[in-house]
Amino acid sequence: MAELTKELSHVKAEEPGDPKQEVKTSPKPKPAQPPAPAGTPTVVVDDLHIVYRVYGAASDAEKGNAANALLRMLRRQGRPQMREVHAIKGVSFVAHHGDAIGIIGRNGSGKSTLLRAIAGLLPPHQGAVYTDGQPSLLGVNAALMRELTGERNIVLGCYAMGMTPAQVKAKYDDIVDFSGIGEFVQFPMSTYSSGMGARLRFAIASAKTHDVLLIDEALATGDREFKRKSQERIKAMRAQAGTVFLVAHNLDVIEETCNRVIWLHKGKIKMDGDPQTVLAAYNRA
Amino acid sequence: MSQPESAVADAKARGRKDGTSSQGPNAPGKESLAELAARYGLRRAIARPSLPSYARQLWQRRHFVLTYATSKNVTKYSNTALGQLWQVLTPLLNAAIYWLMFGLILGASRGIDNYPAFLITGMFVFTYTQRSVSGGAKSISGNLSMIRALHFPRAALPLAYTVQELQQLLISMAVLIGLVLLTQEPVTTLWLLIPVALLLQTMFNIGFSLIMARVGAFARDLNQLLPFIMRTWLYASGVFFSIQDKVVASAGLPQWVADIMYLNPAAAYIEFMRDLLIAGHSPREWVWMACVFWAVFTLLVGFWYFWRAEERYGRG
Repeated sequence: MAELTKELSHVKAEEPGDPKQEVKTSPKPKPAQPPAPAGTPTVVVDDLHIVYRVYGAASDAEKGNAANALLRMLRRQGRPQMREVHAIKGVSFVAHHGDAIGIIGRNGSGKSTLLRAIAGLLPPHQGAVYTDGQPSLLGVNAALMRELTGERNIVLGCYAMGMTPAQVKAKYDDIVDFSGIGEFVQFPMSTYSSGMGARLRFAIASAKTHDVLLIDEALATGDREFKRKSQERIKAMRAQAGTVFLVAHNLDVIEETCNRVIWLHKGKIKMDGDPQTVLAAYNRA
Repeated sequence: MSQPESAVADAKARGRKDGTSSQGPNAPGKESLAELAARYGLRRAIARPSLPSYARQLWQRRHFVLTYATSKNVTKYSNTALGQLWQVLTPLLNAAIYWLMFGLILGASRGIDNYPAFLITGMFVFTYTQRSVSGGAKSISGNLSMIRALHFPRAALPLAYTVQELQQLLISMAVLIGLVLLTQEPVTTLWLLIPVALLLQTMFNIGFSLIMARVGAFARDLNQLLPFIMRTWLYASGVFFSIQDKVVASAGLPQWVADIMYLNPAAAYIEFMRDLLIAGHSPREWVWMACVFWAVFTLLVGFWYFWRAEERYGRG
């Protein structure tokens, strides 16, 4: 808690328009200004802070029984079960057309949160994200239902991504073919093996074209044949999309696909630069 | 569409440039990131659309709403032996229990002709509103993972819950009409007004579940309180007794208490349907007015109220 308040006061002391001071730990400053010949900016993240509210995160001292809850109410204390987690603490960078940016960092460093914020799915606590077009997260899992057949899930997933009935009809066979699940498409998804489920989910999610594409750990699924196919599709999508963000723990994938890497550490940018430099530093850490 | 190679070169060029610019303090007149974004016409990722364009977005997602609602109904009973039959059995069993309790044991049926039809009409109409509202209240808080992964007007979720209940109600209505015919009520031209009654009630349900969706999204305790609120509402709406008889004649309360109870939306929609199906006369004037007022008022207020917090769903 003390750390958090310190963090906030630290942030307030900074000037909003100066991104360079925000990341003091960065050994190498991030590109704050695009040089004229570079691609036009597609995503601008300006001093972004994301605070999550987490329920049910009581510590040992505040066990969640009824007597304690009553006591808290009598003492007029707030609800300790509701904790705020400061997941992103002042991140700024500019992404350009044609960039494929890998985001690396340990578990809990805020990678997925940052992607969701860029996608406009998590409201910023402070700062802002500016984008060209609608960034979309490659992921449709949350809309699918396990008890439904693959067929129905394909339709439901496509509609959830905002496709029209005509588009769904046009893409349907392609999705079934790409997933390679064959006649299992008529079975409920709860009967699928985990690999089959992952393949179908990726096939549905990648059926749509995107301006700014955000990929969160989607590549490490399925068998080798499917991995190759999905990497090819990612490359094709990258060619169509203006900018791609890729979160992965598999650093080989990042090195192969990305031209820039952002290293997040505890919600801040620790390093931002070309893959070789950042990945080398990351591996040393 | 730019080539990957040139993109790499761009990045390297940027890296070099940064290396030099970081040496000194900020150059004077350096533009902020917000100004840079404005110069290239970038928009904030989270910005609430205007009310008309929000309504338009919602309309574009109608296929999703419909498919989501149908899917929910399909999966609901998918692991039971009787399957979709439960859609009919659940309201019937409920009605049977209330008939036993109130009709036979407590004698609420005294003075009411055709008590079974009276009771079942009330049950089905009330259940529609109750389930839409309960579903709406948890539609945001229960679908956070979807809200945090996909873009769509959030109102699609509470709307889908109401559509899901409407689909259930249409099955219940078929049962209800069968029962009403069994109890020898005559078929009249008034039955043509049944869709109007359902439309008005659906408008009210959508509006109210939008309100409850926003409240439930930020006040999590609502879901614990909701069963009690709903039960109170059930008793206050005259589902299994005649409000006039019980409140004024039996309990001796003043007439205005009964009037207020009749004007509550659930009671008004129940009376509307009972007038059509059982009483066999056109809905009384105050019933019409109450039903139309609640439908329009709640829908407009609910939509506006829900929209006001559009960009904040998914955070809490």
